[in-house]
Amino acid sequence: MSDITQKIELGTSVAGVPEAPRSPPMSAIGPIGWLRANLFSGWLSTAVTLLLAYLLVRWAIGFVDWAFLNAVWTVPVTAQGAQTQACRQLHGAGACWAVIAEKHRFILFGTYPFEEHWRPAVVCVIFVALYAVSAMRRFWRWELALVWVAALVAIGVLMWGGILGMLYVPQERWGGLPITLILATFGLAFAFPLSILVALGRRSQLPAIKALCVLYVELIRGVPLISLLFMASVMFPLFLPEGMNIDKLLRAQIAIILFAAAYLAEVVRGGLQALPKGQYEAADAMGLSYWQKTGLIILPQALRLVIPPLVNTFIGFFKDTSLVLIIGIFDLLTAGKTAIVEPAWQGFGVEVYVTVGVIYFCFCFAMSKYSQGLEAELNRHRRR
Amino acid sequence: MSEAVLDPRFRRKPPKRPLRLSWSDERVRGIVWQILVVAVIAVIVWWLWSNTVRNLEIRRIATGFGFLNREAGLPIAEHLIDYSPTDTYFRALVVGVLNTLKVAVVGIILATILGTMIGIARLSRNWLLSRIAGVYVEAIRDVPLLLQLLFWYTILQGLPGPRQALNPVEGVFLSNRGLRLPWIDWQAAHSFALLAFVIGIAGTWAYARRARRLQMADGQPRKVWPIGLALVIGLPIAVWGALGAPWTPDIPELRGFNFRGGIVVSPEYFALLVGLVTYTSGFIAEIVRAGILAVSQGQWEAAQALGLRPGMLLRRIVLPQALRVIVPPMTSQYLNLTKNSSLAVAIGYQDIVSIANTTLNQTGQAIEGIAIIMLVYLTISLSISMFMNWYNARIALVER
Repeated sequence: MSDITQKIELGTSVAGVPEAPRSPPMSAIGPIGWLRANLFSGWLSTAVTLLLAYLLVRWAIGFVDWAFLNAVWTVPVTAQGAQTQACRQLHGAGACWAVIAEKHRFILFGTYPFEEHWRPAVVCVIFVALYAVSAMRRFWRWELALVWVAALVAIGVLMWGGILGMLYVPQERWGGLPITLILATFGLAFAFPLSILVALGRRSQLPAIKALCVLYVELIRGVPLISLLFMASVMFPLFLPEGMNIDKLLRAQIAIILFAAAYLAEVVRGGLQALPKGQYEAADAMGLSYWQKTGLIILPQALRLVIPPLVNTFIGFFKDTSLVLIIGIFDLLTAGKTAIVEPAWQGFGVEVYVTVGVIYFCFCFAMSKYSQGLEAELNRHRRR
Repeated sequence: MSEAVLDPRFRRKPPKRPLRLSWSDERVRGIVWQILVVAVIAVIVWWLWSNTVRNLEIRRIATGFGFLNREAGLPIAEHLIDYSPTDTYFRALVVGVLNTLKVAVVGIILATILGTMIGIARLSRNWLLSRIAGVYVEAIRDVPLLLQLLFWYTILQGLPGPRQALNPVEGVFLSNRGLRLPWIDWQAAHSFALLAFVIGIAGTWAYARRARRLQMADGQPRKVWPIGLALVIGLPIAVWGALGAPWTPDIPELRGFNFRGGIVVSPEYFALLVGLVTYTSGFIAEIVRAGILAVSQGQWEAAQALGLRPGMLLRRIVLPQALRVIVPPMTSQYLNLTKNSSLAVAIGYQDIVSIANTTLNQTGQAIEGIAIIMLVYLTISLSISMFMNWYNARIALVER
């Protein structure tokens, strides 16, 4: 009130006509205001900011020195092999990226014949394209299954070869990134349908089926993946009749499928439980059979509910495929570890692990961002 | 609760319908399906079992757990109980279980502390702090644990030898032989003081319970902390002093090519612990953050309106509600950490998986070896989930 009278007295504003809003003081808006609110809002906040900024700058300088300024990018390769004296002289002050320059083909493709490396490279591109297409909601139609079948056949043809003038490459020589992608993709492609069956079985009214599913899920979830992989590598051969032999990669793949299915089943069960009871009852009231009810009413809604946790579980399994290192299967991580066994390159593990870590990070980070985006999109109708 | 209001007619069970032997009867279909599924699984199991028995005969592999009493002959670097290679396989496996528990228990405690701190840091109003915490969480969670373990182990192996060991604080040495920490010359008095400390904690807990019960009765608040302090700190010091207050510090020092004295943390254990703690803390941070965010803003405001001080606000209003959201996923993270400790085999820390693996390679008895691994982890997993379920039931929302 007094404000208005004051303004009239000052003659800056006519009574009844609102003055244009005055802008807040400079210290509360703009970059300065932002800094004050977010970095220096009190003595504690200021202290934390300064300390963190100091540590960050120190770490960044050290990192840039190590990774770029002091780094060795290439080393001469003679008939005796790579000459890594330049790297050794650094004594850890700089990175030896020469190990990546020299060994990147081995890390990515393992012992695959060198001249044929374009084939696993194309396979990796097909995998990434397959993921990208499957991720787009526009393509969520049944034709997608055909695309998957076609892509997987193409991948098999490219990896094995032996037709179309391509050299035959036995499976023992595959390695690197394609193995990681194969283990993860086939693992999830088979584990997902299995997990739906197990989740349905666990919610079933039939006591025997329910008991079997509970036993399976709890048993698998109670033990580490390593014990299943050991089982695949040393016990599976005992299970099979004499003379029948499954190769090691397939055995590890089966172990990963069984492991993934148990975890995914719990996620799917969460979706089944979250669905309102009315949906089940309405489907029953329409006289639908069990499979009609499940396929047409329950699963489409329940699976939609659990897409974000499903993608998170997928990320977990993508990372867990690296455990096959322990039973000696040649995936990306094993290839990285093997690359530095050679005496010339011993001691440059950090560079290799950082590089391999970046590759894993790219895949997992993309999936995690996709999951967050999808969650926001699917929940749009819930937001006010 | 609804028992009393329910119309008694609804409590009657529906009439029993006799079983019709026809495919259109739902119950008959159910029984047939179950018999079919169980039969198929039984046939598969029987087939695998008979194959296994035949294979074992052909390869002349012994069966049974008789090997447990034989001499193991495998050296174990780290053991919490006395062990030498001449001991039995059973004792070697017990050492392995203890090593697994050693890394799991310490890992769970440290990961909880670090994860909670990072989770709170992510919610900080300080932009830099919350950003750094966010980048940490994202980077740690998107790289496989095994890769991180190998990375840490490589870094530890790349450290200088004992002669040029890093010496960040007086008496602490970090070299490629692991971490050396100062310790004290442990005597009986210290054990008694430790016992007194445990008794003090139990006594404080009992006193706090009693004080609470009395407060419920007469409304008078009672101070717990002076008695608690006396019991937890005073009692052990009194016991220690009464027994002569022995205090001989055991500080590591360089003698020749290695250190003498102090306690040693092996590079394998250190790398495993660092890897497990940093990896799991990334997940715990997200759980803690989600739990705190799940407490609605109104609860904070209402508590402030009541005039509660910040400490009281957190203890009485926010934490009890946040914990309900936090505890169930936290349980599965603890289980994950314990199961992930089995990756120790990749960097040469001798946990149960590593020792059982050596055992099965030496004896050739793969089935028994893997059965032991699975049994140990199932027992640990079930114990942790039982404890956490008990805790969860205690803090769960009590509805009418």
